[in-house]
Amino acid sequence: MAEGENKGLVLLDFWVSPFGQRCRIALAEKGVEYEYREENLRDKSPLLLKSNPVHKKIPVLIDHGMPVCESLNIVQYIDEKWPDRAPLLPANPYARAQARFWADLVEKKVHPPSAFHLFVSCAAPGEAHFLRKFTYCIRFQMYESGTKLWKLKGEAQEEAKKEFIEIFKLLEGELGDKKYFGGETFGLVDIALVPFTAWFYSYEACANLSTEKEAPKLVSWAKRCRERESVSKSLPDPLKVYEFVCFLKKVYGIE
Amino acid sequence: MTEEVKVFRAWGSPFSYRVELALRLKGVAYEYIEEDLSNKSTLLLEYNPVHKKVPVLLHHGKPIAESLVILEYIEETWQENPILPKDPHERAVARFWSRFLDDKCSLALWMSCWTEGETQQNFMEQAKECLHLLEEELKGKKFFGGDSIGMVDIAASFIAHWLGVLEEMAGISLLDEEKYPNLCKWTEEFLKSDAVMECLPKRANLLASFQARKQAISATTASV
Repeated sequence: MAEGENKGLVLLDFWVSPFGQRCRIALAEKGVEYEYREENLRDKSPLLLKSNPVHKKIPVLIDHGMPVCESLNIVQYIDEKWPDRAPLLPANPYARAQARFWADLVEKKVHPPSAFHLFVSCAAPGEAHFLRKFTYCIRFQMYESGTKLWKLKGEAQEEAKKEFIEIFKLLEGELGDKKYFGGETFGLVDIALVPFTAWFYSYEACANLSTEKEAPKLVSWAKRCRERESVSKSLPDPLKVYEFVCFLKKVYGIE
Repeated sequence: MTEEVKVFRAWGSPFSYRVELALRLKGVAYEYIEEDLSNKSTLLLEYNPVHKKVPVLLHHGKPIAESLVILEYIEETWQENPILPKDPHERAVARFWSRFLDDKCSLALWMSCWTEGETQQNFMEQAKECLHLLEEELKGKKFFGGDSIGMVDIAASFIAHWLGVLEEMAGISLLDEEKYPNLCKWTEEFLKSDAVMECLPKRANLLASFQARKQAISATTASV
């Protein structure tokens, strides 16, 4: 975490955000130095609001004053800006399309509770209000299966668990026996998905969902990813994530 | 050879339209396969088992799904008339707005036209915010892509054609010329393109199809 001297690259981020972690991993893979700035999501900096006026969200990568928003967009930008090392997308157009397709699927279907959604979208505590407001903001057919795991109880939670397991089985099918989603090379799809593995412990603790049991290949894949320095240095301790989830539950009066 | 490139599409779908437009802009010959979305073909389900949707592009027998993913593939495969800039930052901006159109804008616009009461008011507010942002983004430019039609323009084709039809069906007005002069001018310019007009579904037919759907929904009193 470099401070002071302007290195030209600044990442506006929030420690637990899986979206921010994607960017950190990509930057680390390319060996690019940057300044990390932690945002207070309840009191967003003028720089963040100016750099992402449309969504007002982290992460934002600011490259010599030019902002890039949306995590997968940032990852592709990083890949195109530094094409000479650690390619994050394959060379072949068809393989690139497959990588983009699966990264897009992760984006649409795997979406655990992220602090900024709750802090920004929700004016008042209370589960029903939150979910109603949230469904206005997102695609009609998709919803946060991850959020439902720790927010809901009983039947609704079982429904969410079922959905979550389905998505993970789908991803496992795509991974197969490969080392990474892209084959031998760590890439876009791995980067898109791996930050969510830090939430597995929370899903287990809150919803009794054992990813070890339901998606063992993904768990092994996550371990392999964590052996990479770019990943191990960018992902938070799952216990810290769980502490955060408990904090949010208290704040929003859930359980 | 036409057999090399095939598009699984559904008449009236703005998403499959994007793919056809991109191919036409690049002068790529293709064959289309019309899908009945209420009775999807085995082939479509085989080529897009995950989402089971159109569009799907088939190139040399290999399928690609999701319209924005397909657009990037088309750009990388056929270099004529680029739809994305070369500069990485400009590309990132184009991708940002394409996603914005997909994730926030189309939903708000679509739902504004199919809901009622307070729900509709909420969606209309969101829709107007989206249109305002797009209006600002267009300032000083003929197209979102600059001087020529690019990926963002292709992604926004819903606004140039489908929106007007939906507004008429719903009896509301969203794309107000006074409030959004840039967007209205953009629509005019966009619709001047031959490639755009060649495969656009006829307005009258689209209106009839939306009206029929609306009647069917009212008949069953289903709420969206």
